[in-house]
Amino acid sequence: MSPSEVLDRVQERLAPLVSESSFSHAMLVLVLPPDRLLDLVQVLKVEFQFDLFLDVTAVDWPGQQPRFEVVYHFYSTQHRVRLRVKTRVPEEDPGVASLVSLYGSAAYMERECHDMYGIAFRGNPDLRPILLYEGFVGHPLRKDYPKDREQPLVPYRT
Amino acid sequence: MDTKLPNPVRPAFEKADREDAVIVNIGPSHPATHGTVQVIAELDGEKVVRADVHCGYLHRGFEKECESHTWHNLIPYVDRLNYCSPLINDFAYCEAVEKLLEIEITPRCRYLRTLLAEYSRVADHLTCVAASLMEMGAMTAFLYLVTIRDFIYEHTAALTGARVTHSYGRIGGLARDLPEGWLGRLEEILDQYEVFVGRIHGLMDRNRIFIDRTRDVAVLSSAEAIHWGYTGPILRSTGLPRDLRKDVPYLAYGELDFEVPVGIKGDNYDRYYVRMREMDESVYMIRQLMDMLAPGPINVDDHRCVLPEKHLVYSEIESLINHFKLIMDGPKVPAGEVYSAHEAANGELGFYIVSTGEGTPYKVHVRSPSFVHMGGLHRLFEGYQLADVIPTFGSVNMIGGECDR
Repeated sequence: MSPSEVLDRVQERLAPLVSESSFSHAMLVLVLPPDRLLDLVQVLKVEFQFDLFLDVTAVDWPGQQPRFEVVYHFYSTQHRVRLRVKTRVPEEDPGVASLVSLYGSAAYMERECHDMYGIAFRGNPDLRPILLYEGFVGHPLRKDYPKDREQPLVPYRT
Repeated sequence: MDTKLPNPVRPAFEKADREDAVIVNIGPSHPATHGTVQVIAELDGEKVVRADVHCGYLHRGFEKECESHTWHNLIPYVDRLNYCSPLINDFAYCEAVEKLLEIEITPRCRYLRTLLAEYSRVADHLTCVAASLMEMGAMTAFLYLVTIRDFIYEHTAALTGARVTHSYGRIGGLARDLPEGWLGRLEEILDQYEVFVGRIHGLMDRNRIFIDRTRDVAVLSSAEAIHWGYTGPILRSTGLPRDLRKDVPYLAYGELDFEVPVGIKGDNYDRYYVRMREMDESVYMIRQLMDMLAPGPINVDDHRCVLPEKHLVYSEIESLINHFKLIMDGPKVPAGEVYSAHEAANGELGFYIVSTGEGTPYKVHVRSPSFVHMGGLHRLFEGYQLADVIPTFGSVNMIGGECDR
């Protein structure tokens, strides 16, 4: 199967699960509500061999409802094609299901996303800080976190 | 000064499972390792039972900083991600922005970028192999490899003006064309490379001490490598020929003849050997590219992102304003989002960028291979000796700059 055939089939098969699917710069983008994420990724992995979990991150859109966009990228080492999955979560309850049950690599990347945006990955047993440190207050990549705020762990020498 | 400082890390386990096991902390600054990574290991005698790997000691807010600089101003920052092969970072980032701008780079720029990316890959693999051999005591091998790497550094400095952080990529092209005589020196260095790397093969490949320390140590299966997100030489060392240069050809890779070397069982020896073979393939590609290079412009003719020529800036008002707007406001990149990935020396280096049509990015996210590899590193430590942690960590080639961002 050529990559475009695979993507056509993915679009066809997943049409009932997603709320929107389109192509952006030659990449298939699936948008769906957060509660369907785990089911969709399960199908992607088992039926379409999207076996490599590439990346998870979030985009903060203050003022929009829901505020955070969680963005996933997957790659199929068999079909040699990538796709993007996006879901929106609100500021009051920025929670989405964790993918650790499907991909080991999700554990670390979800920790980073939790550090930076405060997205709660339900089911990830280990959301300790990874790039930040214990006791860090706030989520630095949120747009309302000022760039120059300092939280030194060791007091500055004067 | 208060001597009791807070611990930046909360270990996953603080008590050993068994009475005769001990917990040992290695790093983040340890004389036997390179890179600031911290490993908390539970030891049964000399054997690692559990490991908890922490990174983040080099975190400097790269992604936050990107959101307040123009698209062009990020190029020196992305250089500092993987500082062993900064040109690959440059080109991957520029390509992501070019995709949003829907620009197609000129043929000469495409060939030059490919050539320089392969040249950087050689420098990166040389560094990785040299450092991990030195940590096992092979000082001669280290010096041979670093000699070549230094030739490459001096040579890229002649092109870009800097030994390590080149800032050479530009959105829509490159900073400048090759100087006089650059390709001639390149040929000399490639010949030297063959002499020195031949000596490394002679010193290491069938060396009893080296084999004992690396064969069957930190073995990884293909399925496990994919499960833990490994890409690049580590994935290929498990026997799976997955390489973005072949699978989704970008730049000029579709026109080149090269092989994808793979290992047998994904142990430390295979990771060493795959890197050595990959360098040979890179040199083979560089030689092909030297023949393919044809004269022509290196920058696209697009006023949205490419600076006008200096003499025009000084002689006509349109170019002066164009220059001023590009520097002060930054190029206006059309709104949208794009994920663009290159096969960097360590694996898939992806840039996910979001633009709202401004001169500065709304978001820049780096999918850095080193960070993902750290997430599965405990699997390579567990079950092996404490002393194996050093060569295993060396074979993974964790680069703090791109891991911690």
